Amino acid sequence: MNRAGIESTVPPSTAAQEASLAAAFVAVVRRDLLLAMRRRADVLTTLVFFVIVVSLFPLGIGPELNTLRTIGPGVLWVAALLAAMLALNRLFAADYADGTLEQMVLTPQPLSVLVLGKVAALWLTTGLPLVVMAPLLGLQYALPAEALYTLVIALALGTPALGLIGAVGAALTLGARGPGVLVSLLVLPLYVPVLIFGAGAVDAVMSGLDAGGHLSLLGALLLVSLVVAPLASAAALRIALD
Amino acid sequence: MNLYKYAAPSTFYPLAGRLAPWFYGAAAIFTVIGLYIGFFVAPTDFQQGEAYRIIFIHVPAAWMSMIVYLAMAFWAAIGLAFNTRLSSMMALALAPTGAWMTFIALWTGALWGKPMWGTWWVWDARLTSELILLFLYVGFMALHASIDDPRRADRAAAVLAIVGAINVPIIYFSVQWWNTLHQGASVSLTKSPSMATTMLWGMLVMAIAFWMYCIGAVLSRCRAIILERERSADWVKEIA
Amino acid sequence: MEWESWSAFWAMGGYGGYVWGSFGITALVMIGELMLVHRRHRAAREAVKHIHRA
Repeated sequence: MNRAGIESTVPPSTAAQEASLAAAFVAVVRRDLLLAMRRRADVLTTLVFFVIVVSLFPLGIGPELNTLRTIGPGVLWVAALLAAMLALNRLFAADYADGTLEQMVLTPQPLSVLVLGKVAALWLTTGLPLVVMAPLLGLQYALPAEALYTLVIALALGTPALGLIGAVGAALTLGARGPGVLVSLLVLPLYVPVLIFGAGAVDAVMSGLDAGGHLSLLGALLLVSLVVAPLASAAALRIALD
Repeated sequence: MNLYKYAAPSTFYPLAGRLAPWFYGAAAIFTVIGLYIGFFVAPTDFQQGEAYRIIFIHVPAAWMSMIVYLAMAFWAAIGLAFNTRLSSMMALALAPTGAWMTFIALWTGALWGKPMWGTWWVWDARLTSELILLFLYVGFMALHASIDDPRRADRAAAVLAIVGAINVPIIYFSVQWWNTLHQGASVSLTKSPSMATTMLWGMLVMAIAFWMYCIGAVLSRCRAIILERERSADWVKEIA
Repeated sequence: MEWESWSAFWAMGGYGGYVWGSFGITALVMIGELMLVHRRHRAAREAVKHIHRA
């Protein structure tokens, strides 16, 4: 596949080049974190959304603890998916609007590294809080301790993958009409494997089985998205900024 | 014979116009043969009675839904890589047909599941994957429709199609895994202990019929898209 | 495959609704799709005539 349009030739790897890639990555992460900290409300709304959605299900289904224990892993994961998806419009939209994104595309550093930095920053502000909050919410569903432990690991592996996959959707819908809902339509089907293995891991532990297989597959999904998503997002960004 | 000359919309348009009727004709013939085999040659199934005859629609539709998606992703990738307009138009033409095939697969799956398992929807691996495939098709079309500049829309939708194509096997595998874990007895709409040869033949003939139909429909739709996009071109003026 | 009678054929052993519902929807979708494509093509031709006449 023709790489023009994905990124210009990557310079040969020297210590200086690698340092500048890392430096670029860190710079982007720091900038995005700084911006997020200035708009702390934005960050908190994702977390609050997560909490509210998780609390809504028992209200709709009934307080019977056995039922809740069965649906708990699925509900927590779907809520995490939706929260991760809502956070996506914070990824590129602001930078696209004020022209910073165009500057990023024009820099000599590979765009995929910069995208990776933005996704990492987004995860730190919206994904990591979900991972931390989830075990507390898991208690609402009477999940046992091993399940909570597995839930944390699964979400720690899964939420970065969700951010990476979501970045592709966010990049594709830049400058499209009705971007908010469209992103969900594009991204949710791609989230399905993460959901299946993530919730499956917790279910397995609750049935007394080993979650190793599920977690390894989650790890594999994370690795694949780490490689593919920044490239696809960079391509999509270039298309959007044409 | 230099096939590359058909990479131009101006030459492909008349070619598609000449080819489409042949595919429709082939589709009609294979349909007649397939339906004959399906209704008058294939015997009654021992377990499922006459209801199993839905497979003569369900399985070909499901196969086509996946083949068309791959074709769509392929042409979209070609259009993205080589910046050829016609390839992207072909991808755009493939999408609705693929979506209809997916819809038929889902609908017939439900109508098959109701008499067999008592519910209109069965969360088996194939049906669930078909459902997600439908979302992928709709997403492709929605993304394309939401970007005003057609070439930009082509490229963005192409990236989505390619990402989707990578995901489809991952999704299918994960849904299969999920399905076997959550259902003790393996319930599969297509797993029958023994399929009579005549049933298999009927299915294959109908599959070819569906394939011919899809090609015909896509060629016709591609012609319409070419006219829409290239409306100000000189060769179009000749035709007008 | 021997059918006892036409009514047996249409009844499909009690599953008539499901079987013919499936085949019927498929026929409907296919005919509908072809009609939609035909209409789209015709509209495109009309638009082209309009442009090149003006």
